[in-house]
Amino acid sequence: MSDYNTSGFDSANMFSIDGRRIPFKPGQTILQAALEAGVYIPHLCHHPDLKPHGSCKLCTVTVNGRNGSACTARALPGLEVENDTPALNDRRRVLLQMLFVEGDHFCPGCEKSGNCQLQALAYDLEMVAPHFRHFFPKRTVDASHPDIWLDLNRCIMCELCVRASRDIDGKNVFMLAGRGANSQVVVNSPTGLLKDSALTADDAAAQICPVGAILHKRVGYSVPIGQRQFDDATIGHQVEYLARRHIPIKPVAVDAPKMPEKEGV
Amino acid sequence: MNAPHQIARKLRVATTSLSGCFGCHMSLLDIDERLLELAHLVEFDRSPITDIKHCGPCDIGLVEGGVCNAENVHVLRELRENCKVLVALGACAVNGGLPAQRNNLDINQCLSQVYRNADGVVQVPNDPELPLLLDKVYPINEIVRVDYFLPGCPPSGDTIWKFLTDLLTGRTPRIEHPLLKFD
Ligand code: SF4
Ligand code: SF4
Ligand code: FES
Repeated sequence: MSDYNTSGFDSANMFSIDGRRIPFKPGQTILQAALEAGVYIPHLCHHPDLKPHGSCKLCTVTVNGRNGSACTARALPGLEVENDTPALNDRRRVLLQMLFVEGDHFCPGCEKSGNCQLQALAYDLEMVAPHFRHFFPKRTVDASHPDIWLDLNRCIMCELCVRASRDIDGKNVFMLAGRGANSQVVVNSPTGLLKDSALTADDAAAQICPVGAILHKRVGYSVPIGQRQFDDATIGHQVEYLARRHIPIKPVAVDAPKMPEKEGV
Repeated sequence: MNAPHQIARKLRVATTSLSGCFGCHMSLLDIDERLLELAHLVEFDRSPITDIKHCGPCDIGLVEGGVCNAENVHVLRELRENCKVLVALGACAVNGGLPAQRNNLDINQCLSQVYRNADGVVQVPNDPELPLLLDKVYPINEIVRVDYFLPGCPPSGDTIWKFLTDLLTGRTPRIEHPLLKFD
């Protein structure tokens, strides 16, 4: 889904984000068009290789006066989209704070720290504290698999693993089960354990988790502090940088192209 | 050197470590020679630096560590009552940090694991002098009102310096990338 050919843009197919003109191809969502034009809209559950899901609501923008998810809303000619406004960023910060207190997000003890999209968004939106009462949940940690471990205390239920396993790997290893506060990711195997599932370390589902819920064993802390993905530049700057150079944006991928240090964006 | 920087009254600063590792205090010392500049602007009240045991009226209180026992609650409330501005300094004060990792474990089980000797005998210290443990480790804003949060484990010397100089010179403190770090 990320290999759009920009030559197909029609001059009529334009809309605006914060007053800036954005071209789009019919069928694109607002988020896809924005990213392709190098405009960053914060997002967590969107991935260029997967169908939109619209669950995290971080990408909420105001479209012609009404709020909607940029990752599910179609780009249409003449739309006026507000994105980088204090009001929207305030709401995004509240959403982040709720995600932080709902899980057990203790970054100094998390292997994903520095490469985590949730954390990177919190930096980008200058969230300094979780603000709400912590849930301190007690959820499953499944370390049974030889190569992968699953700590549901950090899961933000973006369903990226569910979608990647189903749509890319064709394995259906993960699923979301339960309701409300009791929802959680479950593993499709006779025992419910990861070791008895079809998941292998090179599956897309094993790479895609934006937070530290699905991690590879024996690689933790292999990149020193200062050289991790979001140490040099904010996630917003990186996404803009990659988009302007037409590099597919997969900020959560392990092999994401890294932005050169301190280069102007 | 002194005249232009001298202000009418030095601001009084109290610092304390609740359930923390003193890393944030070490980071405060990490502002290095800027400590001299800081000494022109502030004087310390209750702090490990002064060894004063109780906090008097202060302008700024810096609290490191989360709240894990009754004494922490007491000290924190005293600081809140006496400080015009209270700052949660570092990950533990902001979200409970490492000590809060015990929060989803059974506290009895934790204690009996820790105080089991080589023969398997469990002797949990039980002395009226020892402060009562709380069921959980709480971030300080779940106990008292907090004015500013400075995350990081610990926040770097540069981050603390930026924050303090903002605060001391009357600007709204603003910590952004790359000074804003949770680890
Ligand atoms: S998953 Fe991300 S936000 Fe959560 S503890 Fe790990 S680094 Fe921090
Ligand atoms: S495990 Fe990771 S990828 Fe899967 S739903 Fe949770 S946060 Fe998303
Ligand atoms: S990215 Fe749009 S709702 Fe998550």
